[in-house]
Amino acid sequence: MRLSEGEVWLLIGGLVVMTAGMKAIGPALIGGRELPAWTAGVIALMAPALLAALVATAVFAEGTDLGVGVDTVGVAVATVLLVLRAPLVLVCAAAMVVTAALRALT
Amino acid sequence: MGSEEFRLGLRLGLPYATVGFVLSGSFGVLAVQAGFTPLQAILTSALVFAGSAQFAALAIVTGGGGVGAALGAATLMHSRFLAMGIALAPSLPGGPLRRAAEGQAVVDASWALANRGDGTFNRVLMIGTTIPQYASWFAGTVVGALAGDLIGDPAKYGLDVLFPTFFIAILLAELRRPRARLAAIAGAGISLALVPFAPAGIPVLAAGAAALLGLGGGHGGTEETEEP
Repeated sequence: MRLSEGEVWLLIGGLVVMTAGMKAIGPALIGGRELPAWTAGVIALMAPALLAALVATAVFAEGTDLGVGVDTVGVAVATVLLVLRAPLVLVCAAAMVVTAALRALT
Repeated sequence: MGSEEFRLGLRLGLPYATVGFVLSGSFGVLAVQAGFTPLQAILTSALVFAGSAQFAALAIVTGGGGVGAALGAATLMHSRFLAMGIALAPSLPGGPLRRAAEGQAVVDASWALANRGDGTFNRVLMIGTTIPQYASWFAGTVVGALAGDLIGDPAKYGLDVLFPTFFIAILLAELRRPRARLAAIAGAGISLALVPFAPAGIPVLAAGAAALLGLGGGHGGTEETEEP
């Protein structure tokens, strides 16, 4: 990370205003009214698009290089367990153990 | 009014609170590792209280991105709360200020559990469900942020895989909708295609464009997830 302590404060302030504002707008102003239909479709797809991008870059990107690493294996194990509907706490533990063990061995 | 429902909410919130404790603990560790002071990490959870937005911002800055890119990604990730707040609005009593304040109690699990399915929400149940999640989100971050200073390199313990795992858990719940699958594939594709060229943080931000696949798609709803 290249952020200074001051920049982190700026980021936190921005996050507080943004998250509180986003939760307040609907109840305070728009109560009872509907947004245009197209916005619902776009907003509904924002989370899957960004989540997939965050996962892909966390797992396959290292700086500007693409590739796989030990963490890729750990996240793959987690994905399989999640698809099998294992509890999230167990999945987190398994992913950590696999990743830590592989790192210790390599 | 509804103290029974309030207690039911508290009970329903407990399993989500347990998961939240682990996740916020990892947020605390990773944030401190990324350069936050422990106080900054704890205040982030206390005041922001939004797992996906916090982890999105942290993922961007850990990858070398700036404040703008981190805020942008967190904002796009958080945009679903706009839709959730609008749906909830008619179920909240009082004036705009009071409704805005009660709207802060919306987190994914509480919103989904309080949804009666007929366009109305049980606000007492929702607030009850959120309280244990808030408490554990705060407590987990305190533990993680203070331990983060002691344990050294979190990668040694595999802690760095926790936030992709958390994102996959929410993502899988979303993928029940076919259009969401397309958006996820497009989002991942856009971000990976940009990684070799774009400054850090921009690939994830640009992936938000994949949500435009929802144009004309009508109402997609917000699925139940396990994220505070």
